[in-house]
Amino acid sequence: MARIIVVTSGKGGVGKTTTSAAISMGLAKKGHKTAVIDFDVGLRNLDLIMGCERRVIYDLVNVINNEASLNQALIKDKRCDKLYILPASQTRDKDALTLEGVGKILEALSEDFEYIICDSPAGIEKGAHLAMYFADDAFVVTNPEVASVRDSDRMLGILASKSRRAENNEEPIREYLLLSRYSPERVKLGEMLSVEDVQEILSLNLLGVIPESKSVLNASNAGTPVILDEKSDAGQAYADIIDRYLGVNKPHRFIEEEKKGLFNKLFRGK
Amino acid sequence: MSTDSSAISTQKTVIEFKSSTFVVPAIIIHSADLTQIGDSINHKIKQTPEFFKNSPVLIDIQNLSTKQVSLNLASLLKLIRATTLIPIALRGGTAEQNQLALKSGLFIQSLQATLDADKSLQAIPTMQHTVSAVIITDTAHSPIRTDRRKVKSSAAISKIVTSPVRSGQRLYSEGDLIIMAHVSAGAEIMAEGNIHVYGSLRGRALAGVMGKTESRIFCTDCQAELISIAGNYKVTDDLDPTMQHKPVQIYLQDQALIIKEL
Repeated sequence: MARIIVVTSGKGGVGKTTTSAAISMGLAKKGHKTAVIDFDVGLRNLDLIMGCERRVIYDLVNVINNEASLNQALIKDKRCDKLYILPASQTRDKDALTLEGVGKILEALSEDFEYIICDSPAGIEKGAHLAMYFADDAFVVTNPEVASVRDSDRMLGILASKSRRAENNEEPIREYLLLSRYSPERVKLGEMLSVEDVQEILSLNLLGVIPESKSVLNASNAGTPVILDEKSDAGQAYADIIDRYLGVNKPHRFIEEEKKGLFNKLFRGK
Repeated sequence: MSTDSSAISTQKTVIEFKSSTFVVPAIIIHSADLTQIGDSINHKIKQTPEFFKNSPVLIDIQNLSTKQVSLNLASLLKLIRATTLIPIALRGGTAEQNQLALKSGLFIQSLQATLDADKSLQAIPTMQHTVSAVIITDTAHSPIRTDRRKVKSSAAISKIVTSPVRSGQRLYSEGDLIIMAHVSAGAEIMAEGNIHVYGSLRGRALAGVMGKTESRIFCTDCQAELISIAGNYKVTDDLDPTMQHKPVQIYLQDQALIIKEL
């Protein structure tokens, strides 16, 4: 049985797709067979960030409409053979998704994948609802600013009441906080909410802080998940997040201001 | 639900089983004295003959069973059937009485089932636990009263919520509402009775929403967007800033909201 993880936020532009790309690659690199699904039908982006946009033939909506099989639509990543991508359709909208269709796809994927990452669209409408409905875990991506925190809070309310687990009275979805685009310098100047401020409002299990970093934009433009950039702070932050999610106890980093140029201590033995 | 089997596929559906619910008045028997019961029933029917005309009733003899008063159920049935009432079920009888009731064409309603049904009516599909204390006040001393009145009378149900109330969520309690976590900005908590928040209250809290002016709001960290008791409300800007982030109680005195530090 696969563990289904939804990457969600409510608000747009906080780093959901970047996070989905990074954690799916991270889990696959650790040897877990992982599928990542883009639920943002109509605003397809995940394939760009994963660098597989030229290999998209069939998509999620084709599979739901039985126009293609799941195996035809899944794209195998070239850098890691444990990772598969199911892209969204660019020519449709979210109404093309159905609960039964999504349920069937996730059920089929559960049979031979260990982790399924659902990259949720922004908002709380149909696409976002379907992305989180079947989830076991939720990665709530939040930026340290009030609107993002408020939207995440709203999303957490929906996770707690409108998911399959909630409707069937099962154990609730496990919720984790990923604080992205964090800048200790700006927190110090009072321009940004601190980790404590955000935690006071959301009271969630903090999985990691991802610093504001140029490497994220560079990686996105290059079509490489940022976690593959092992030298970058953001890449390391995501690597820590994967370790913590898999049960390794790692101290939080990137919360305090650090002197630049000291991140060269490579700790990974790969 | 159509029950077309191949044998009757050419015919129209003859029967259908569907779940349906209806409210039935209960006669709660407090005395084993049949003449007294007969008089009381007739007196009651005379007051509102239309209401009791061919009305189904549930006979509740729980009271007598607990007091171990023996009752002649056969005679009671005869007596009730002689009126315009139609007995359909028995509740709270002994094993023998249940047997007799079944033979007489009544079904047996278990008390546990009633309690469960009451609970499920109150359940709200989020993560709160409904702590139900379905208290049915027993003030009427007349030997008979109807279930209708019971439904309307105070069923005080408090609700305890242990997880955070998130932005956009709305909670309602028919009694008191007790929150053991924070209430986010943009959330709305409402109670017909008092509200207790053991955490930060950043959303809206409305106590006594059915007009109970003696309701109060208690919270350990008040940052509320809006507070209201029985329709008298204040928004953040109207609140005394010195009371922010403090444990307070809020109550109504001469139509004015009083906020007092605890």
